[in-house]
Amino acid sequence: MSIDPDPAPTGPLVDEEAIAEPARWYQGRNLTILITLIAIVVVSVARIIADADRLTSSSTVGTGLRLAIPIALAGIGGLYAERSGTVNIGLEGMMTLGTVMAGWAGWHWGPWAAMIAGIIGGVAGGLLMSLATTTFGVNHIIAGFAINIIGPGVARFLANVWFTTPEAAAAGGSITSSPRVDGNLQLFSLPVFSDQQDLLGDLEKKGWFLLSDLAGVLRGLTADIRTDTLIAVILIVATGYIVWRTPFGLRLRSAGEKPGAAESLGVSVAMMRHVGLAISGGFAGLGGAVLVFAGANQYQQGQVAGRGFLGLASLVFGNWMPAGVAAGAAVFGYAQGVAISLDSGISVRGLILAAAIGLTLLAIRAAARRRWNEMSLEVAVAVLAFIAYAAVDEVNRQFVFVTPYVVTLIVVTVFAQRLRPPAAEGIPYFKGQSL
Amino acid sequence: MAEATANERVVDRLVKRLGPNVVAPLLAGIVAILASSVSLLAGGHNPIRAFAEIGNVLWSVESLVLILNRGAWYYVAGVAVAIGFKMGLFNIGADGQYRLGALFAAYLGAKADLPPVLHVPYVIVVAVLVGGMWAAIPGLLKVTRGVNEVISTIMLNFVATGLTAWLLGNYFRFDDGSLISATKRIPVSARLPNLDRIFETFGADLPRTVDLQGYIFVAVLVGIGYYILLFRSRFGFELRVSGLNPAAAKSSGVNPKRMVLTTIILSGAVAGLIGIGPLLSDPQHFRYSDQFPLTLGFTGLSLALLGRNHPVGIAFAAIVWHAIERGTQPLTQKGFPQEIGQILQGAFLLTAVIVFEVMQRRAQREAIREAATKAAIRTEEPEEVTA
Amino acid sequence: MSEAGVAIELRDIVKRFPGVIANDGVDLTVRQGTIHAIIGENGAGKSTLMKTLYGAHQPDEGTVRVKGELQQFHSPRDAIAVGIGMVFQHFQLADNLTVWENVILGDEPGPWWRLASRDARSELKELSDRYGLDVDPDALVADLGVGEKQRVEILKVLYRGAEIIILDEPTAVLVPQEVDELFESLDELTSGLGEATERGATVIFISHKLDEVLKYADGITVIRAGKTVAEIDDPSAVSAHELAELMVGSDLPSPETRESTVTTDVALDIRNLTVTIDDLVRVEDVSLTVHRGEVVGIAGVEGNGQSELVEAILGLDPIASGVIELFGTDITKASTHARRDAGIGYIPEDRQKDGMVLSLDLWENCALGHQWQAPYGDGRWIDRAGALERTQEIIRGFDVRTPSADVPALTLSGGNQQKLIVGREMTSDPKVLIAAHPTRGIDVGAQAAIWEVIREARAKGLGVLLISADLEELIGLSDTLHVMFDGRINATLDPAEATPQILGTYMTGSTANASNGAGGAHGAHGG
Repeated sequence: MSIDPDPAPTGPLVDEEAIAEPARWYQGRNLTILITLIAIVVVSVARIIADADRLTSSSTVGTGLRLAIPIALAGIGGLYAERSGTVNIGLEGMMTLGTVMAGWAGWHWGPWAAMIAGIIGGVAGGLLMSLATTTFGVNHIIAGFAINIIGPGVARFLANVWFTTPEAAAAGGSITSSPRVDGNLQLFSLPVFSDQQDLLGDLEKKGWFLLSDLAGVLRGLTADIRTDTLIAVILIVATGYIVWRTPFGLRLRSAGEKPGAAESLGVSVAMMRHVGLAISGGFAGLGGAVLVFAGANQYQQGQVAGRGFLGLASLVFGNWMPAGVAAGAAVFGYAQGVAISLDSGISVRGLILAAAIGLTLLAIRAAARRRWNEMSLEVAVAVLAFIAYAAVDEVNRQFVFVTPYVVTLIVVTVFAQRLRPPAAEGIPYFKGQSL
Repeated sequence: MAEATANERVVDRLVKRLGPNVVAPLLAGIVAILASSVSLLAGGHNPIRAFAEIGNVLWSVESLVLILNRGAWYYVAGVAVAIGFKMGLFNIGADGQYRLGALFAAYLGAKADLPPVLHVPYVIVVAVLVGGMWAAIPGLLKVTRGVNEVISTIMLNFVATGLTAWLLGNYFRFDDGSLISATKRIPVSARLPNLDRIFETFGADLPRTVDLQGYIFVAVLVGIGYYILLFRSRFGFELRVSGLNPAAAKSSGVNPKRMVLTTIILSGAVAGLIGIGPLLSDPQHFRYSDQFPLTLGFTGLSLALLGRNHPVGIAFAAIVWHAIERGTQPLTQKGFPQEIGQILQGAFLLTAVIVFEVMQRRAQREAIREAATKAAIRTEEPEEVTA
Repeated sequence: MSEAGVAIELRDIVKRFPGVIANDGVDLTVRQGTIHAIIGENGAGKSTLMKTLYGAHQPDEGTVRVKGELQQFHSPRDAIAVGIGMVFQHFQLADNLTVWENVILGDEPGPWWRLASRDARSELKELSDRYGLDVDPDALVADLGVGEKQRVEILKVLYRGAEIIILDEPTAVLVPQEVDELFESLDELTSGLGEATERGATVIFISHKLDEVLKYADGITVIRAGKTVAEIDDPSAVSAHELAELMVGSDLPSPETRESTVTTDVALDIRNLTVTIDDLVRVEDVSLTVHRGEVVGIAGVEGNGQSELVEAILGLDPIASGVIELFGTDITKASTHARRDAGIGYIPEDRQKDGMVLSLDLWENCALGHQWQAPYGDGRWIDRAGALERTQEIIRGFDVRTPSADVPALTLSGGNQQKLIVGREMTSDPKVLIAAHPTRGIDVGAQAAIWEVIREARAKGLGVLLISADLEELIGLSDTLHVMFDGRINATLDPAEATPQILGTYMTGSTANASNGAGGAHGAHGG
């Protein structure tokens, strides 16, 4: 399996094979591992040069992983919709529906109910959007945008109705937040390595080049893993199987690539798109539910804070492939993890150096393959990053906040010609249109 | 007799033209009220009393003035987005464009010492230029690298958020001892005069608490300019053709890349004007701060959709939109959830969009059928019909 | 080869669309195990008939019998169930999926939770080996050539066990070798579907190319204006000329003998033009000259570079090399706007795609392409009154049937839309007119009117480049005729001596340098 939750920390690392032959995402396994390793080497070089020890500490990586999960879930949600041919700008709104439902159900019946309720909320949002796009042929961007208005509106309304009752207020609820969800999701750690004996932890503390970095990353990925993280990883891996190895997946993709072909062979394009958006909403809603458990174990107004859009960004970054989405979410989550770690200014400066080194490597590779346009763009960005690294001692937090978005912009700009969104994406389709 | 039929035909055509534009919002309004009533009922509230309350709030001069004030901001936002929509561009980035424009205009405007005749235009030009330049980024990415503007403008909105926070926090902040991070207030010479006199000439006295903001004048000018540009100028003609049929535009001599770039920059420039409202005309602001109105660009998206990108339609949409906000605002004090306003807005928007789509499709089908029938009467040879 | 059994029998099929009778009593009988051709002009109702047979829509009257049994199809699924498969003219293949994925879609082997890709591949391999339909099952469809894509489409049909295969204009996009290969495979199919079925498959194909019909078909049905006009059981008994007469009707418009208005002033001069799109050479080293008062016709099977040639002349797509001159001025690098401003009129081949904006009013559509010129505007503003007035003129002068000038263009019928386009181009006094299929898909009356307009303008000194699939139109209007094949001009003829048969021969790739047209010396580019 090529799904690798390792945060690949440098800039636009996109699975080369996946881009060239999107139908064969599973063949890039070795390459993914190689890229991840190179990324870790680059970051550890940057860590040493920039003296930013927190860059590869297990706590930073662990935080990054937790932050990556909701983004990844939203991104995978986007994948189901867009593979079936619907552009899903509405992920943000669907996630918001997920958070309020999860807060309410979690308060009453505990964490597992929260997850299921979150999914239900998201599915509702997805189906509402599908009613507009699939049934009535409304432009996908417009409909998604409408969902982003409706989702938060409904969420705030429900919060007012549910969390301001005397009963809820007594439990700590208010207009802007639900009562706390009792009971937590279980935590897992890898025995021996990250638990009691904590061999990786010891190694991490040594500060050795590469080895300690590796240990830090691995420990971050194996210590105190929450159940929802585990579930998310399983779902991402399962998505690769479902979409590429089952008859349902083939039909789903055909609706997004060439709806006429699907219909002429008796596959209902409308059904595929309804289902695609419903699953999409379900994933986004689950992402929202996970967010509820990210901090104070409660629904909070404005909790989603652009993560739906980040999910969309990871989908584009990842070239509409599950492994790519996971990598994108990992990069974004890691960047956010770095940003909220102690000494974030220094860490982020180190991250910029890592990005500069990584881009230089990419530029060298592009030059070797005689892709001059791409090379010059990469060189330009790398130079900017080096200048930024040299010019400042500590990087402002606001810049860290924008990192994921800038990275995505760079990826779509540099790789625009090689990204392959589903061919019929965004085009409303009506039955009998192509026969 | 002939005159009567001619009149009938005019009426008939008017109904056909206006049909979807009037029927759809009406239908959408009904659905929105139903949806919010059901929500209220489910929440254990009496919808009739809630709507009566909303009506109460709205039935006052004060509300009218407030709605016009805020409607003006919304209107300009709607027009900014509509310019892009008209040629098939989704400028989701109006939000970042106006915030960046407003920040620079606030900072530079407060620094400058100019007479009013120059000061006001100076601030406006800064906002427009910055907005246009920020919009040029997705434009350039689209024409040189083929990057979809939806993705790039969404990303650039977040970048703009970070950028404004950083600039405001580190460079543009005016330290007056308060905790609010804000630029210096715009001097009086750059402020737009209020329009209270207009009310007074009609004999109506404005409550002391509100002013009719001078920015309304700017909004009206924007609307007139938009109308003339769109329906009277060659550029507007080419813009509309490009939006409706890019291939036909190209073969009629329109350079598609230049059109994309010009349109998105123009859209960003008008977006730059959005922030002028709070900046030069609203006593609560007169500066850029972390309390500056946010997400006006997104509101503009809704309004452009509701108003069908038409200068008059957007005006109606802007007024209705803020009327909902204004009317539901005090509901909480009366024991109703004020969030019902957002449900009203959302349901209104989604239903209107769906109804527009359906009606347009049906009108088109009917027109084609009619044409075919007319043709058949003249015993035309069968055409190859591709169903 | 021919078997006694009847595979398909259609009787008195009537299919009406709003305002149009596409099929008006069509009969069709196809014997089992044969290759049967349906021929007719554009718009004769061939595709409509095939869609009826495939269940894509239901006939208003008439009966469909498959192997003697009365059938009523409600959807393609019903047709597939009785063994009918259809290969559409525009391939229904997902580029981003592999060949095997495209083939098994909707009928996947294996359990619901797993695609049995190995089974699918091996079955596909077997099918393609058996019928000489050579395709790599693992290839991405995007990487395939046109011929291969067509083979995938046929495999799709075979995979579903179809015994009756309909191909809609299968050769329109193929080069001659591919045509031969295709019919070899089809022969293979009809001579026996292996052991599974005792008799061979039945193939029905639509065409308007007479030579291939005569060469490959075992039976022919000729359709004209929605009616069956001939059913031919023995193609060897008819000649191409007879077929052509059947197709067009007995009143073949004979090439006009009229006075030449050709002058020696060069209006449009194209030298060594090459157009490359996506690394494929679409137009190769084409040179041609249009004089004032001359109509230069371009014949050719669609897809042989005509569209790209037109787009190059208008500056819609960049060219690889060559020179284009308009009255001696080099316009090779000029923008589309500059070219049109310099007097190039344009009647695009797809009026709804390139020629108008359906939702805009007639007067706005008239301004389209001239929006900067009087009377439509002054370069900065649109002159609504002037445009309306001119539109009224066009409506009157070109007999456009419409209640007024400010209704949307979509309320016009196809013929009236075309008359509007012709009217707007002719009233703008073009110096050179590029007319691509100016009378395609419109009624006879409108067609004659448009021809007359072109003749009159030619007499006044207009130079016309006419691209058409209607050979009679080409022969009747042109002063010089070129034939394009595979991106090159492979023959230049005098229309007075040209016949559809001769043209047809060149259009399929034969090279020759026939007599020059009245326009003088044109270098013909033989392969």
